[in-house]
Amino acid sequence: MLDVRGLRKVYEGSGRRTEAVRDLTFTVGAGELVCLVGPSGCGKTTLLKCVGGLLAPTAGEVTLAGRKVDGPPPGTAFVFQEYGRSLFPWMRVGANVELPLKQKGLGTSRRRELVADALESVGLADAAGAYPWQLSGGMQQRVAIARALAYEPDVLLMDEPFAAVDAQTRADLEDLVRGLWRERGITVLFVTHDIDEAVYLGERVIVLSSSPTVVQEQLEVDLPLERDQLSTRVAPRFAELRTHVYERIQAAKRGAATRPAGTDAPPPR
Amino acid sequence: MTGAPPGRPKSSAWRHVVLRLVFVLALPVVLVTVWWVASDGSEDVYWPPLRTIVSAFPDVWTGERWRGDVLPSVLRLAAGYGLAAVAGVALGLLVGSHRRVRAVCEPVLEFLRAVPPPVLVPVIMLFAGIGDTMKIVVIASGCVWPVLLNTVEGVRALDPVAAETARSYGVTGVARLKDVVLPSAGPQIFAGLRQALSIGIILMVISEMFAASNGLGFTIVQFQRGFAIPGMWTGILLLGLLGFALSVLFRLVERRVLGWYHGLRAATRR
Amino acid sequence: MRGVNAALGAAGLAAFLALGEAVPRLGLVEEDHFPPTSRIADALGTELADGAFWAALGDTLTGWALGLAIAVGAGIVVGVVISVVPYLREATASTIEFLRPIPSVALIPLAVLLYGTGLRSVLLLVVYASFWQVLIQVLYGVQDVDPVAEETARSYGLGPWARIRHVLWPTALPYVMTGVRLAAAVALILAVTAELVIGVPGLGARIAVAQTSQAVPEMYALIVVAGLLGLLINVGARSVERRALAWHQSVRGEVAA
Repeated sequence: MLDVRGLRKVYEGSGRRTEAVRDLTFTVGAGELVCLVGPSGCGKTTLLKCVGGLLAPTAGEVTLAGRKVDGPPPGTAFVFQEYGRSLFPWMRVGANVELPLKQKGLGTSRRRELVADALESVGLADAAGAYPWQLSGGMQQRVAIARALAYEPDVLLMDEPFAAVDAQTRADLEDLVRGLWRERGITVLFVTHDIDEAVYLGERVIVLSSSPTVVQEQLEVDLPLERDQLSTRVAPRFAELRTHVYERIQAAKRGAATRPAGTDAPPPR
Repeated sequence: MTGAPPGRPKSSAWRHVVLRLVFVLALPVVLVTVWWVASDGSEDVYWPPLRTIVSAFPDVWTGERWRGDVLPSVLRLAAGYGLAAVAGVALGLLVGSHRRVRAVCEPVLEFLRAVPPPVLVPVIMLFAGIGDTMKIVVIASGCVWPVLLNTVEGVRALDPVAAETARSYGVTGVARLKDVVLPSAGPQIFAGLRQALSIGIILMVISEMFAASNGLGFTIVQFQRGFAIPGMWTGILLLGLLGFALSVLFRLVERRVLGWYHGLRAATRR
Repeated sequence: MRGVNAALGAAGLAAFLALGEAVPRLGLVEEDHFPPTSRIADALGTELADGAFWAALGDTLTGWALGLAIAVGAGIVVGVVISVVPYLREATASTIEFLRPIPSVALIPLAVLLYGTGLRSVLLLVVYASFWQVLIQVLYGVQDVDPVAEETARSYGLGPWARIRHVLWPTALPYVMTGVRLAAAVALILAVTAELVIGVPGLGARIAVAQTSQAVPEMYALIVVAGLLGLLINVGARSVERRALAWHQSVRGEVAA
């Protein structure tokens, strides 16, 4: 579904060159939920913006369903970390969700249907008439997710979407994302710096190195499909996986890439 | 502020309303009374008794004067101001959306804005004579700069996350301007429109003082030259009332259009 | 980046001047109405060599500076008094809201009768117009005082005067500076207006004379001077404001209040 090959991104500005991403190669299958995790400042956001067509890579390419990405592709929806700035404060919740649909050229009744359905799925059926800033942070991020859902994307790109909400809201939102993913069969690429979140959410975790970024390791998460905040997080396997990822990231921070990138072996059980 | 919270005794709510009313009215009443009493029986030609001014008001501002002087002034102001608002916002969107265009235009625009607008009157009289066109052009060319430069500033300040959101959801072209750029620049644009309104009123008055055969500014100067002092005072009062009325109208429009902005500010301050 | 922008800006300015030269030369507008840049520059040179021009510039600056100083002083004192004395703010709000939007040009006929073409005519208009800009900003600024800071000061037994000096004034200062910047621009507009319309000596009066004597290039040259003066005042006021704001970089745009 989504193919990232040899991706490299160098920022050039006022005489300084910063290599944010060195060489990234990975794929995401259709209907998969993949989490990208790495130390903070490792170019995760850069990578996701390249995938979403918001940034042009310096080298390498991103293909989506066989087509090269050179601008925001119509089948992807982006959920930003800064929900307060990504939702337009001058529009009510309903209008925020509807705006991209208008641009898609859908008819009024179809738009209304999609907006109602999306708000319903995130549990905000009766918030359509409110302004985003009248809602709590968690609810605002729900609105942003609803906007993405209503867009009916094949691929959902989420850039640290829960980094700015409190812990309990965060747990709720994680379950919401997993639920929606299972329900709708969307391909999800989820970026986070939180190891627990990555392991809890993902079917697969891609561990990134520090900047300039390469893929440190890819890891299948062999937890059951049905997960919940209580039992999953105390399961021994969950602890093993998160410890493993944690070690990999610590190693990445020290800059010791002990294993060549791209191996897919999960830690032994 | 107004209205009693539930459970509060009714008398207390009443006291609250009365107290507010006293606050709003007390000082104006005191001031007008002082003016009235102090000027009563005044022999000074320049400071006629307020009683005389007030009783002269309906005689001076008859239906004919409203039609012949007040209305043309207000219409010219509306035309010039409206023209400036449309042109300022449109050009501001254009200049603000392109980094290079902005860099090229900025010094020239800063200079044009800094020219005190009243000096435009003699220049525009060269081109447009002394008719309505001249006055409308004067008002428009004085009001356009604050609107234009504030729009540029507002467009430039578009939040990068909002811009990326629009891009990633394919909101481009006209929809991007209408639904994203324009509303986000709204508070800045209204700040410019506010400044432009004061400038517009100044230009309306002085363009009529310079060369006109009707209008508020013209009439007031006629009274002054003819030493019709109470008449002049009624004109000053009327101009004051007009300024006040336009500012109230402006605030109503602004509250309506920028309701979201005031709500957002109140919400973030909490 | 800055270098590039400066170069682009200079190019824009050059293009503007070249356009000013070309448009009348090509006969797109009448030269009598819109002389080419070079003739305006010529006239500007003549003006700069003329003592009367400098006297006029001095007159304008005097009226501007004096009026601004009075307005700023009065605005600060009145603003602080209104904010500090209990209930005064509530009691004066409606009066301020009524008086503020009254256009100061309404006072022109009164100024003519009372002061003729004297400096006081300029001062009346300038002070009336600029005073409100300062006053309103002072009121906003005082409103912005952190109640915790105020209570801390109180709890340490600071008297009213010490509280004004150490808590209220530092908080309000950036707002006051914004008020001064806005007032400086308004003051120039009204100073020139008074000269132009009433005939008080100064740049405005010189423009009016140039107009009536059909000295069109001179008129444009004087307008350019007025514009440069305005630019200087804006830039100067902005840099002063920025210095005052340095410790207080809050998100406090100048927006419709």
